[in-house]
Amino acid sequence: MTTGDRIAASAFDVNKVRGDFPILNQTVNGHPLVYLDNGATSQKPQSVIDAIVEYYITTNSNVHRGVHTLSQQATDGYEGARTKIRKFINAGDDKEIIFTRNTTEGINLVAHSYGRKNIGAGDDIIVSNMEHHSNIVPWQMLCEETGANLLVVPIDDAGELVMEEYKKMLSPRTKLVSITHVSNALGTILPAKEIVKLAHAQGAPVLLDGAQAVPHMPVDVQELDCDFYVFSGHKLFGPTGIGILYGKTEYLEAMPPFLGGGEMIKSVTFEKTIYNDLPYKFEGGTPDIAGAIGLGAAIDYVTNLGFDQITAHEDELLRYGTEVLSAISGVKIIGTAAHKAGILSFVMEKAHPHDIGTILDEQGIAIRTGHHCAQPVMQRFQIPATARASMAFYNTKEDIDALIKGIDRVLEVFS
Amino acid sequence: MAGLSDLYQEILLEHNSKPHNFKTLEEVSHTSDGFNPLCGDQISLFLKVVDGVIDDVGFQGTGCAISRASASMMTQSIKGQTLEKAEEIFDAFHYMITEPGGELDLDTLGDLETLSGVNEYPTRIKCAILAWHTMKAALSDDSTAISTE
Repeated sequence: MTTGDRIAASAFDVNKVRGDFPILNQTVNGHPLVYLDNGATSQKPQSVIDAIVEYYITTNSNVHRGVHTLSQQATDGYEGARTKIRKFINAGDDKEIIFTRNTTEGINLVAHSYGRKNIGAGDDIIVSNMEHHSNIVPWQMLCEETGANLLVVPIDDAGELVMEEYKKMLSPRTKLVSITHVSNALGTILPAKEIVKLAHAQGAPVLLDGAQAVPHMPVDVQELDCDFYVFSGHKLFGPTGIGILYGKTEYLEAMPPFLGGGEMIKSVTFEKTIYNDLPYKFEGGTPDIAGAIGLGAAIDYVTNLGFDQITAHEDELLRYGTEVLSAISGVKIIGTAAHKAGILSFVMEKAHPHDIGTILDEQGIAIRTGHHCAQPVMQRFQIPATARASMAFYNTKEDIDALIKGIDRVLEVFS
Repeated sequence: MAGLSDLYQEILLEHNSKPHNFKTLEEVSHTSDGFNPLCGDQISLFLKVVDGVIDDVGFQGTGCAISRASASMMTQSIKGQTLEKAEEIFDAFHYMITEPGGELDLDTLGDLETLSGVNEYPTRIKCAILAWHTMKAALSDDSTAISTE
């Protein structure tokens, strides 16, 4: 072992990391909790919980309003979080970071604001066959309203996007491409940079759904050159109720507001209202201040661990999990793309995913079962549902071993 | 609390692997579709009612072991019964699944009692009840697809 290896090994100590997440230290149904449902929501480190509690104990006040000290401190905390998020995804300017409730709200904001203004009858919106419902339904609603067409890029048996078909779909009619960065049901990492480049060649902007990407890999929105990027705080070890929409200034400036109200205006008279500047134009109403500060603390935590170590650890877990899961007769992994992040979706010959979920839960193992809000993916693979184990950096090989033991129990019951 | 072996009893597993009345009917007087959007369980139920008696019944669909076994056992229990009796069985079953610790009407329930363990698994109650609500919807001529969510 070289000195470098020793440093890396000592820097990432999964047991020490687990100690930062109080919820992991408990038993469920008489067994130590094995939490493998991170794709649905991740757990929160003590530092995030403390930041939220500290905010309410010492600072709570409204932002951008008062001249008093607490209001200024709350504003500093809220805007400080915005800066942390800007750095985290390497956006060019703080004003390109809009606080939302979650990924879904970010997509709906773009559909309502950018979509209604720029997309009309006969225009095309392109999505993929592996989108979460939140990246399908807002576009269907927009198409219904405007007469635009929704085109769906197919996926192959491994769960990879069929790039040739995507290229064929792009045309001067393409007004927006809205596609996932990492599939929540399959774990596929999509070639986002290539997708963006091809769309731009046709003059179409691209929205990337990064909900399942940001917890697992470094994201650089300038490098990707995407026009919009959306994600949720709660899948990134932050609290629920806070999410992010990144948009390029040129697009955000030209877009009308989404929610009208306080905060998003400069001046209001009954004759004329002047909208506020970015990013406030899109942040009508009192925001989730504590949520933003909590998300800032989560980003501090993740940044401190470093994605070099996070991805190395998770890739090894995924490799190990794939190996041992595929070795079980009667188990089939759904989603076998060359590049995947954190997700093992599978079906069993004899047991329905719901029964798998109940039997695993009895052993303290939390996974997601069902269609994962991605019914078109299920239809593509002609299955009603899958069982999905989704990992985070605090998971261990022992967690995978517990999952395998749990599956053995499923096989026993359904022998 | 009932353990897994109480939930996945042998008789339930048999109904799951070899469901009874898993068929469509040539003559249908009542039909309905049931759907559980949360997990994707789906059932189509077909009934042939002659002079107030359920002459034949069949179902199709996909779902977990509990929803499938419950559908299979339901078809067995109502076949040949009057509509009034089917309603009585529905009520006894519904009570058993949704009221843990309640006194069971074992005469009416018969083998259906096997499914009583489900009432200790709140997330699975909707699986067990899907076929039953679908039957009720079919008999009330409610043409709208029903949902347990």
